[in-house]
Amino acid sequence: MELYLYLALFAPLAGSLFAALFGASPKTIVAGLVPSILLFVSFVSSTILLVHILSGGAVVHVEMMTWMATGDLYIPFGFVVDQVSVTMMMVVTVVSTVVHFYSVGYMDHDKGFNRFFSYLSAFVFSMMVLVMSDNFAGLFIGWEGVGLCSWLLIGFWYHKESATWAANEAFIMNRIADLGMLIGIFLVYWNTGTLQYEQAFAAMPALEADILTLMGIFLFIGAMGKSAQFPLHTWLADAMEGPTPVSALIHAATMVTAGVYLVVRANPLYDLIPHVGIFIASLGAFVALFAASMALVNRDMKRIIAYSTLSQLGYMFVAAGLGAYWVALFHLMAHAFFKALLFLGAGNVMHAMHDELDPFKMGGLKKAMKWTFIMMTVASVALAGIYPLAGFFSKDLILEVAMIEHHYIIYSVLLFTAGLTAFYSFRLVALIFHGEERYKLFGVHPHEAYKFMLIAMSPLLILAVIAGSFKMTYFEMVTAVLPATEYHVHSALAYWIMTIGTQLFVIAAIAFAYKKYARSGITVPDGTSKMENRLCYKILSNQYYIPYVYEEYLVKPYRELSTVFWKQIDMKVVDATVDGIAGIIYGTGEKTRDMQSGNLSTMLKWMVAGTVGLLSLAVVFGLAVRYSVEIKAILSGLGV
Amino acid sequence: MEIGLNHYLILSTILFAIGLIGVMRRKNLLLLFFATEILLNSVNIAFAAISHFYGDLTGQMFAFFVIAIAASEVAVGLGLLIVWHKRHGTIDLDTMSTMRG
Amino acid sequence: MFEAVAFYLFAFLTIAMFFIAVTTSQALYALTALAAGMIFISAFFFILGADFLGAVQIVVYSGAVMALYAFGMMFFDTTRDVKEKNGNKYIVIGLSVISAILVVAIFSAPIVSENITALYPMVEGAGNTQEVGLVLFTKYLVPFEVAAVMLLVAMIAGIVLAGKDMDLSLTLLDDKEIEEIKNKKMKKVL
Repeated sequence: MELYLYLALFAPLAGSLFAALFGASPKTIVAGLVPSILLFVSFVSSTILLVHILSGGAVVHVEMMTWMATGDLYIPFGFVVDQVSVTMMMVVTVVSTVVHFYSVGYMDHDKGFNRFFSYLSAFVFSMMVLVMSDNFAGLFIGWEGVGLCSWLLIGFWYHKESATWAANEAFIMNRIADLGMLIGIFLVYWNTGTLQYEQAFAAMPALEADILTLMGIFLFIGAMGKSAQFPLHTWLADAMEGPTPVSALIHAATMVTAGVYLVVRANPLYDLIPHVGIFIASLGAFVALFAASMALVNRDMKRIIAYSTLSQLGYMFVAAGLGAYWVALFHLMAHAFFKALLFLGAGNVMHAMHDELDPFKMGGLKKAMKWTFIMMTVASVALAGIYPLAGFFSKDLILEVAMIEHHYIIYSVLLFTAGLTAFYSFRLVALIFHGEERYKLFGVHPHEAYKFMLIAMSPLLILAVIAGSFKMTYFEMVTAVLPATEYHVHSALAYWIMTIGTQLFVIAAIAFAYKKYARSGITVPDGTSKMENRLCYKILSNQYYIPYVYEEYLVKPYRELSTVFWKQIDMKVVDATVDGIAGIIYGTGEKTRDMQSGNLSTMLKWMVAGTVGLLSLAVVFGLAVRYSVEIKAILSGLGV
Repeated sequence: MEIGLNHYLILSTILFAIGLIGVMRRKNLLLLFFATEILLNSVNIAFAAISHFYGDLTGQMFAFFVIAIAASEVAVGLGLLIVWHKRHGTIDLDTMSTMRG
Repeated sequence: MFEAVAFYLFAFLTIAMFFIAVTTSQALYALTALAAGMIFISAFFFILGADFLGAVQIVVYSGAVMALYAFGMMFFDTTRDVKEKNGNKYIVIGLSVISAILVVAIFSAPIVSENITALYPMVEGAGNTQEVGLVLFTKYLVPFEVAAVMLLVAMIAGIVLAGKDMDLSLTLLDDKEIEEIKNKKMKKVL
């Protein structure tokens, strides 16, 4: 089994390095295919490992080599494939394999084709390190690795100002959060003396509650950054500047769920501090609603999906915060499939519409793009949580968890959000695929994507449909390491009322969206309509003015402060000191240059002067030795 | 008035000072060599005097070696001086400035 | 008494001679004064009982070194007045006097004179030459031989340096000049 572990882990790295060989050369199809095939190898290995774990096999735990061993600190490059990490491995490898094959078509005309695959495979490798590591240090490496690859890929079209800006924003926001995470890791090491998950979690129950709370909070700050939770959420929507496959892989399916994975992984810790869990759940519920509301009015196809991702991450954190770790992980998995599918479909639409992102300028695309239409509709249905698609099982479960744990406010918020989710998903679908063919006004001739891209997407389609049926198998598997709490509403009647009520509510939201947006007569909003001038619309479409507030009240004062520091402290103190030292040395050299006139006579004079200096030193020291006793007496008298 | 070690040492330093004056003010390389001879000799006096007053022959030994070194220096120095004179037609110190920094 | 008279007399003479040697503007005067000073110094050696050293002083300095200098002076234009430096006289004299005072201070410091013991005490009843021979050929044999080799090297160096074509430095010549010299040599050989 170790062989498969190494294969799953290092095949993406090999692919990345292979593609990197072609980094500077023009598009080579090999540079795309080889990483994709290697990723498929990684996927097959992960599947074998999954089967191994499913059939009751032992957890695969290897220690590849020692990384750091100094004193009491011992950190190996250790990897573990247990029930949790194998789930993540499956999610990562499935989605990334699909995305890789899809990208071969999507990036077809891009100049940076080879570079793209190098980055993408490097990302998968980092993600695998993140999920497979058996200690916090390895997790942190993967954490930073995915951050780096995310930065590279968001800023992939680096000649675009907005792309580089978004890449830097994402990177800096993640840095802020990573600081919190690092402090959390230090706290773990400080208090338990180890970074290995097993030993660290075993040592935690003996610690004081305050320290555990701090640990939990700081680790969660890291998770907040990576999973774009409020208030560090703004980068995720801006990250849509990257190529769409990147959005599908990194900013929907894998990297942003790393925060959830961290909380799930650290479940023994969060079990000990339920009040932090409540905070996580409340924040998650808030973000779910908050992000969904922003998605309602947005006019950028990818941003809408990004906000929906944000909202779904909120759901996962609710589950994780309430202690239903396996539910969180299950929703993570189901969400990865249909959200990646949704993004890839959006990528097809973008291609067809020549990078047009405003769904109001599309409409009626279902004729031209039949398969994309089907896929995106299925993905949206799954996202909305209609029976029997994936979203129903996972999202309803989260609602039930909130209900059973008696957090009725969270429950109602999530229920309301579910309606919003259905509305904005189908608003998007209706605007893109139904109604009049508004794109004709813009002279666009849409065409369906390459066939192999559609085939590449099909596994996700199937998984989005059937993922829900794995629920019990999955539950049995994963509860070997996670708390096995089954969530059942005790009364059958209440259960049915809840389920059917939710379903009806969601279907009503869908119907409303269709009614409002699938009709003919939709025009491209130009800022004159009554709705657009409403206050709440403005607030929502400006993302609650949060980016504006950040810009005005954080970025600008910080920049001004930096300017002050630059001009006043750096230039006048630091630089001046350094320049001064250099100036003194330079000036000394300049002045003493005359000594080196090359004239022997002058040199002889200096030689004599030096002799006099040395002789006087000899006299002084001789006297000091001779009268050392007296000198000491005088010094002690002076109090030295 | 008894002549002691200090008398000799003072004499030695006076001669040394004269030598130093010569070293510093002479411009002609040949005369500069003369001044260095004075320096060496002043030290020889000090060695001989110390040897005498402490009843130890080491001082005289050193004086011998100093004389040997002085002789070598004269031989080599004069050779170089002749080479220099052939090349530049002068032995003025001020013309020797190829080592100017 | 006799010793004191001799000391002061010779001290005065030596200082005067050396003073002339460093101040005169005539190279020939300087040479003569230096030679005289050397001989007067040997007088101190005789007073101090270092007979052998005194003899060596006369032989080496007044004989060999002065002869060499005199010989060397034939190469140069010595009739001309030697130009003096125009530099600050006070610096020159000041530095010399200070260093002299410092040396005296060091020698007269009690810490130096108190700790000296004789390593090779003079042998009673033996003449100075014998004593010197004893020490020189036992304890100082190796330095003595090294000094001998050094003198040999210096001699060869003197001969070679004063020899033919030594005024040409390959490092200071450019390629063209080197080529010319080569051609000249070739012609001579032919």
